[in-house]
Amino acid sequence: MHKKTSDTVEDILTVVTGIVMLLAIYMVFIYVPNDKVQGMVQRIFYFHVSLAIHTFVAFGAVALFSILFLWKGTRVWDRLAHASAEAGMLLCSLVLITGPIWAKPIWGAWWTWDARLTTTLILWLIYGGYLMLRSATGTTGQGARYAAILGIVGAFDIPIINRSVYWWRTIHPAVLVTREGGSGLSDPRMQSAFGVCMLAFALLLVVLIMVRNRQARVADAIEELHLLVTPSS
Amino acid sequence: MLALIRKEILLEMRTKETLSAAWLLGILTLLVLSLAFDPTSELRPQAAPGALWVATLFASVLGLSRSFLPERDNGCMHGLLLCPVERSTLFLGKAISTLIFLSLAQVILFPVFVLFFNVSVTPSLGWVVLVLFLGLVGMSALGTLFGAISIQLRAREVMLPLLLMPLLIPLLIAGVQATAHLLSGKDISGTMNWVNLMIGFDVGAAVVAWLLFEYVVEE
Repeated sequence: MHKKTSDTVEDILTVVTGIVMLLAIYMVFIYVPNDKVQGMVQRIFYFHVSLAIHTFVAFGAVALFSILFLWKGTRVWDRLAHASAEAGMLLCSLVLITGPIWAKPIWGAWWTWDARLTTTLILWLIYGGYLMLRSATGTTGQGARYAAILGIVGAFDIPIINRSVYWWRTIHPAVLVTREGGSGLSDPRMQSAFGVCMLAFALLLVVLIMVRNRQARVADAIEELHLLVTPSS
Repeated sequence: MLALIRKEILLEMRTKETLSAAWLLGILTLLVLSLAFDPTSELRPQAAPGALWVATLFASVLGLSRSFLPERDNGCMHGLLLCPVERSTLFLGKAISTLIFLSLAQVILFPVFVLFFNVSVTPSLGWVVLVLFLGLVGMSALGTLFGAISIQLRAREVMLPLLLMPLLIPLLIAGVQATAHLLSGKDISGTMNWVNLMIGFDVGAAVVAWLLFEYVVEE
């Protein structure tokens, strides 16, 4: 099989991502100054927020690719939706891990039922279900349609979940209503570090989706060859 | 569509499987939750709305998981699909008959809840019933969509709650909050936000499920 252009792009992007990620790590740990109020712990914020934003991007991409799949019916959108869900799930898990690490020293608790935290946890459960659905159906056309439906419904549900959880927290007195604010990125070095982190995770997301898509494409090709050589019964 | 609803009701009257299972599981959930909270505790009245909604959610999901079972076991889905009606009409028929069953389940479940948790519902009974009904509408709409999906899967008893419950969380929160507000005897204004949210959820869920149902039953 000859090498496709998209594969070359993927190889280049992978190397670039690696370099930008190293730069991001350097900036977060060495380049930026300590936060005046939060100290060392604040450094996790660069990764945490970048991860959170790209989680939403990834799950948005699942919905977009799912709509395209149901509309066009071509397998490539299905593969991309699946790849985006997997990448999004990884980022979402990392958000849920990095968050408490930051929250414990700052808020004094690993977890609070803050609107954002709760929404993220529900998202994680929805797309966990999505991946379960995927593994329960395999790569059949039927399974792909089911997954696409869940991908679309899930995305429509996100704003309503967020709204309900937000009201839920504001109507009840919150245990801790500390916002992340009060520690804005005042230093220009902090801003550039955050920008690099955003870029690093954007690239990582794209590369992860591309790699998974390539794997799925190769798996499809193998499946087709397999059908060719095995006599149909 | 009416014929479809009639068929569902006829089937249920003959077997009474779904309703009796939903009743028993709902009552059982209320019992378990009653035992979990100390009956003399001050917290008990505060836990009541939550108990009602958890019982409703469990009973409904159980009912929904059975809703497509006859079609699958008897191969009737093909028969239904061959009917000269739109797929979306099939969805409406299924969803409305599901809504009827879930409402019937509440006819027993709600009085049991009042009895177990000793709440006074009289001042705002109409509103509480409306809030419950709005919850059931959303559950029926999304539940019919995902019921049709999960019935085709291995491990369907696990998959339906797994897929459905996270999506229904806005209804659960809104329902519990609105019920708590109503049972505490305050004025209606505080619940309107929640009622509006539930109406918004129901309309959105119904439209999305109605549009997407076609892709579930496609061969």
